Amino acid sequence: MLHLKRILLVTLFFPSFGLSQEADIQEGKALFNTNCAACHQLNRKAVGPALRGVTEKYDREWLYRWIKNGTQMIKDGDPQAVAIWEEYNRAIMTNYPQFSNEQIDNILAYTNYTPPAPAPAVATAETISQGSDISVNIILAVAIVIFTILIVMLFLVQRTLIKIANASGVKIEAEPKRKIKPLWKTIVENQFIMFLLVVGFLLSSAYFTYGYLMQIGIDQGYAPIQPIHYSHKIHAGANQIECKYCHSSARVSKHSGIPSLNVCMNCHEYIGEYNGEEDLENGYTKDFYTNEIKKLYSAVGWDEENQVYTGNTQPVKWIRIHNLPDFVYFNHAQHAQVAQIECQTCHGPVEEMEIMYQYSPLTMGWCIDCHRESNVDKDNEYYQKVHEELSKKYGVEQLTVAQLGGIECAKCHY
Amino acid sequence: MRNSLIIILLTGLMLTSCFDPSKPNFQYFPDMYESLAYETYAESDGFSNGIEAQVPVEGSIPRGWEPYDYPDSNEGYEMAKANLLSPIEISDFNINQGKELYEIYCSVCHGDKGDGMGILAQREKFLGIPAYIDREITPGSIYHVLMYGINAMGSHSGQVNEEERWQIAQYVMKLREESKK
Repeated sequence: MLHLKRILLVTLFFPSFGLSQEADIQEGKALFNTNCAACHQLNRKAVGPALRGVTEKYDREWLYRWIKNGTQMIKDGDPQAVAIWEEYNRAIMTNYPQFSNEQIDNILAYTNYTPPAPAPAVATAETISQGSDISVNIILAVAIVIFTILIVMLFLVQRTLIKIANASGVKIEAEPKRKIKPLWKTIVENQFIMFLLVVGFLLSSAYFTYGYLMQIGIDQGYAPIQPIHYSHKIHAGANQIECKYCHSSARVSKHSGIPSLNVCMNCHEYIGEYNGEEDLENGYTKDFYTNEIKKLYSAVGWDEENQVYTGNTQPVKWIRIHNLPDFVYFNHAQHAQVAQIECQTCHGPVEEMEIMYQYSPLTMGWCIDCHRESNVDKDNEYYQKVHEELSKKYGVEQLTVAQLGGIECAKCHY
Repeated sequence: MRNSLIIILLTGLMLTSCFDPSKPNFQYFPDMYESLAYETYAESDGFSNGIEAQVPVEGSIPRGWEPYDYPDSNEGYEMAKANLLSPIEISDFNINQGKELYEIYCSVCHGDKGDGMGILAQREKFLGIPAYIDREITPGSIYHVLMYGINAMGSHSGQVNEEERWQIAQYVMKLREESKK
């Protein structure tokens, strides 16, 4: 809406602007992005055809009419209009009767516009950064050489000094060696110290052995390499997509669910390449991420060129990270939906994880700790009555999950 | 005695320091750890394609789900827009549920206010998302689009069930009314 206002202002106050022969590419870009880009890309097929070079394919007057009221043209049986409509699965293009011819000219100018290549700037930046790397290395090497020379010189000076001393008759006598009992012998012979040492040794080895035994079967920090490098950091962090958008069954079922690929395609039918930030240190370049999107396309059988599904699909073998033993029952809906616990409480800062890992130990002690500390939602209708009666019995105002039976064996083991 | 202790200590240290994050830790007596029954999404020899999660037989209807008769076409869209009416009543409960769901599934593109300026539009990942106010929509057409998707928007029928779709439609209509003011 704001945008339309701006356009209106432009056309009202600067009529020469709109009438001028040179179309305004910036204006065209803005109009294109707000109105056309949902279905059209410049260089590749999307819902509608790629728009680069569209002015060469069609007469300009025809384009004016088509953009303003294409539906009418199809109804009237305009051969070109019907042909394009049939070619793109009879998807109807929204009519834009509000556009003036000048605005359409601007959009068309943008579709033919190629921004000047920014390549030289990039190259110089690279050489500069390389240059600074090299200079740091050179400085380091020079420093090392200087230090070695200094050390060698010191030795040489010492030797000459001794020679001079000998020549002038000064005798440098080594200090006479006194007979001292070595330290270890003293310790071994002292029974009390030995006793303390053995006790300390036994205690520390018991500590480590216990620690080792206790982490058997716990997969905290488990971060397997997945078949498609899916970055939660980009999706949940930078793009702020809700966890439950993809893991929608966490709202309604025991499992949080691994999203099926059609959920990915809700966005990635449109987003075919990565244009965000790169992490060069770890090798996560734009090409790397774009390649991962291509992996998705081949798995789901999406023909990017023609924007159709081929039907040739390949299941993705995701590796499950969070795995409870079979003898324990856990329900996502109860925690994420009923108790409204943030996903991050158990799964950690997922929105910062480039590679997903298991954040919590998922041990029974960990479950119980939380059940002891968490309060029952008094406002939840389902718990109101039981909360009223039980809190009277225990003489407390607020029940914890544990007091409501959250640490009963059979709550989770049955 | 002391030698054996040292060995235990050293092996303990060695094993703990060598935890490889790309592999699961080993388990002691995992008799009841692994499920005998097939787990969700697991591999299985029971089916020819080796997957436990099978696509339901064509035409099968999940419990509580009602068939949707409007076809996935322009005509179906127009028909749904004109004829399809919401079976749920307009209530605070439904609006609130719709809001919660809208903020999970729609906001990211359509924006919290329905102005088409969600975070993905702001970051120019997804362009040209229309504001609800610029489009003639009815609860029926919203339901239809959630069911099948339209143009660059995919179907969301796998993520929200029938009732939830109607709740979202109700909330979208409310947002549209509000942005008129």
